[in-house]
Amino acid sequence: MSKGVAITGMGIISAIGNNVSENYNALIEGKKGISKISKINTIHKDAIMVGEIDFTNKEFEDELGLSADNNYSRTAMLGIVAAKQAIENAGITDIKKYSTGLISSTSVGGMDMTEQYYYEYLENEKHRKYIDSHHAGDSTQRIAEHLGIEESLVTTISTACSSAANAIMLGARLIKSGELDRVVVGGKDCLSKFTINGFKTLMILSDTYNTPFDENRKGLNLGEAAAYLVLESDKVVKSENKKVLAYVKGYANANDAFHQTASSENGDGATLAMEQALKVAGLHASEIDYINAHGTATGNNDLSEGRAILRVFGNDVPDFSSTKPYTGHTLAAAGAIEAVYSILALQNNIIYPNLNFKTQMKEFDITPQTELKEKELQTVLSNSLGFGGNCSTVIFSKSQ
Amino acid sequence: MKKVYINSVSSISAQKTFDNTQFLEDICSYEETVLPVVSPNYKDYIPAAAARRMAKGIKMGVVASKLALEEAGLDNVDAIITGTGMGCVRDSEKFVSAIIDNDEQYLTPTSFIQSTHNTVGGQIALGIGCKGYNFTYVHSSNSFESSLLDAKLMLQNNEANSILIGGVDELGGHTTKLHKIVNHIKVANDNSLDVLSSSTEGTIFGEGANFFTLANEKKPSTYAEVVGVKMYNTLKSSVSELAQQFIISQNIATADIDLVILGNNGDVTFDENFNELTSGVFANTQQAYYKHLCGEFNTASSFGFWLASKTLKSQHLPKVVKLNDVSTSLFKYVLLYNQYRGQNHSFTLLRKC
Repeated sequence: MSKGVAITGMGIISAIGNNVSENYNALIEGKKGISKISKINTIHKDAIMVGEIDFTNKEFEDELGLSADNNYSRTAMLGIVAAKQAIENAGITDIKKYSTGLISSTSVGGMDMTEQYYYEYLENEKHRKYIDSHHAGDSTQRIAEHLGIEESLVTTISTACSSAANAIMLGARLIKSGELDRVVVGGKDCLSKFTINGFKTLMILSDTYNTPFDENRKGLNLGEAAAYLVLESDKVVKSENKKVLAYVKGYANANDAFHQTASSENGDGATLAMEQALKVAGLHASEIDYINAHGTATGNNDLSEGRAILRVFGNDVPDFSSTKPYTGHTLAAAGAIEAVYSILALQNNIIYPNLNFKTQMKEFDITPQTELKEKELQTVLSNSLGFGGNCSTVIFSKSQ
Repeated sequence: MKKVYINSVSSISAQKTFDNTQFLEDICSYEETVLPVVSPNYKDYIPAAAARRMAKGIKMGVVASKLALEEAGLDNVDAIITGTGMGCVRDSEKFVSAIIDNDEQYLTPTSFIQSTHNTVGGQIALGIGCKGYNFTYVHSSNSFESSLLDAKLMLQNNEANSILIGGVDELGGHTTKLHKIVNHIKVANDNSLDVLSSSTEGTIFGEGANFFTLANEKKPSTYAEVVGVKMYNTLKSSVSELAQQFIISQNIATADIDLVILGNNGDVTFDENFNELTSGVFANTQQAYYKHLCGEFNTASSFGFWLASKTLKSQHLPKVVKLNDVSTSLFKYVLLYNQYRGQNHSFTLLRKC
């Protein structure tokens, strides 16, 4: 259990870019991907803002070379695009050379198609092909197929907004325990009427740009995205002479056990997750250089997470920011999106600004980083918190 | 590495399994192609007000987990790991249809909240105040096996000492209709107990919750040891080859397997893999099946795991699950194999303690 977990490839598609470099450029230029929704005909279109990816489903189908009778959900297509980039970035040409698994996550699954054809399925045969692509595991199976992962460990995690962080965590544990040599980990979620209306009924959708950790925050913007990392064992890194982008150094998942959707006021779950991740990493809190916060800009999350950060870091809170103002909250993909951003932060010694912040919160005196900052970084801690009290922390580091 | 033990079991299924003193003695058969669970009196375990708010899947999961904890004499665990193929599908259906029927207006959040896949895991944690690791796997017929593998890794490596795992899925009315029109569910089936002799495509559907506490310490209540579990997203070689590779990787021989428990469901299109094993590698091994009792669902294999655990502890195999006439005097190694519609295959190996 003392083995290292190297990150050797990453891929991403989000509202701020179709690959890693486009995402990075948008991050350092302060370019938001938040707009009015254009691809889903919802009655809320004038009342909400979202982080939408430009490509239509048809454009994705063409890019992926799918036949006209394909039954891919948008979630699956986003995932394939990002996962293929990650494999290419890792310089993998023969996926079968090492035992390779795939741990993916989603909360929406194929709901985008289900909600379009829900009743029509019964009357009309035309769209029934999508019935098979509804369940959450389907999009993962499609990614595995496109990557050439066969007869292997492939599974899907769904723990709401912490899902992708948990996929990274399981992947790291599978490498450490020697179960796999290589594992592709990450998450994907597309926008859907289901999630738009769900969060709308919870009254936590902002009608304007989301403002994490701001006193006057009005809620979140939903986003769609997918991101994947390639994790490899020391053995593979050594024998392939691999370039390592960063390491997964620590991780933990804990449960708030407080309420099905709301976080406890004092952030018990998030506190536990951060503390245990530090322990797994063998790091002291003072050794964390930057926190990529979950920071959804809901009243409840930012208060709870902020308090948890204070409990873990005391008077010595490192620079922190949320990148949700760029991408929106991408639900089950968020942990993977922010993992890519954390790795880019380490590689470039950059801390991203927490855009849209204006007013200090009353409940505490910690303030997010609001300007792009250059700073030598060794470690980045990333939080992902979700429904069901699910709290996850992953720590990335430059060195093993 | 530490060993991993099954210290308690609990099952809510289309059979009267929630009473753990029984072991498939009084069998329910169904003329329908969809098998609902025989429900315990949920109010005996959950306060009535709370039970009213809970979807069926949540109720089944919460009660099955309570029974499993009770048998193991545990108030709490270090981790809760749940497998569910479809999550709380009834709430998903409720919310989608409300969106469509009311043109996105007049919606309330309850069904959206409960539709989240990790609701059962979250509710169990909430109920017992478990702040530990809480994962939910949603990968079709490998949802439960993913939970099992995760728990096994944690216990072996001493990351946890006791873990609650389970598989839970509920039937949803609309989803069932959809599976009927695409023939995933048989058009007709006279008797659920005879489903394997069917010559048509599709299967009979079911629902259920099977929960277990696993630990790295043996107890008087211990049912069996979890020796190995392996999943395969697809099948490229033959299932016989995979079975043999798996058995060899566990440092035993095919002849050491005393019982093989299979997930055949009577779908003529997809039972081929099972038939290859029963007529080939395991032709001389005692064979059992179970989906004629619980129906097919994404976590039906957790019922198979329950059956294997009970068999190893009691050293008795109920007649209703026997697939051939081979018999054995001692059950030491039990091998489980499952897949659904030709995908997401798994082997699980248990050993008598």
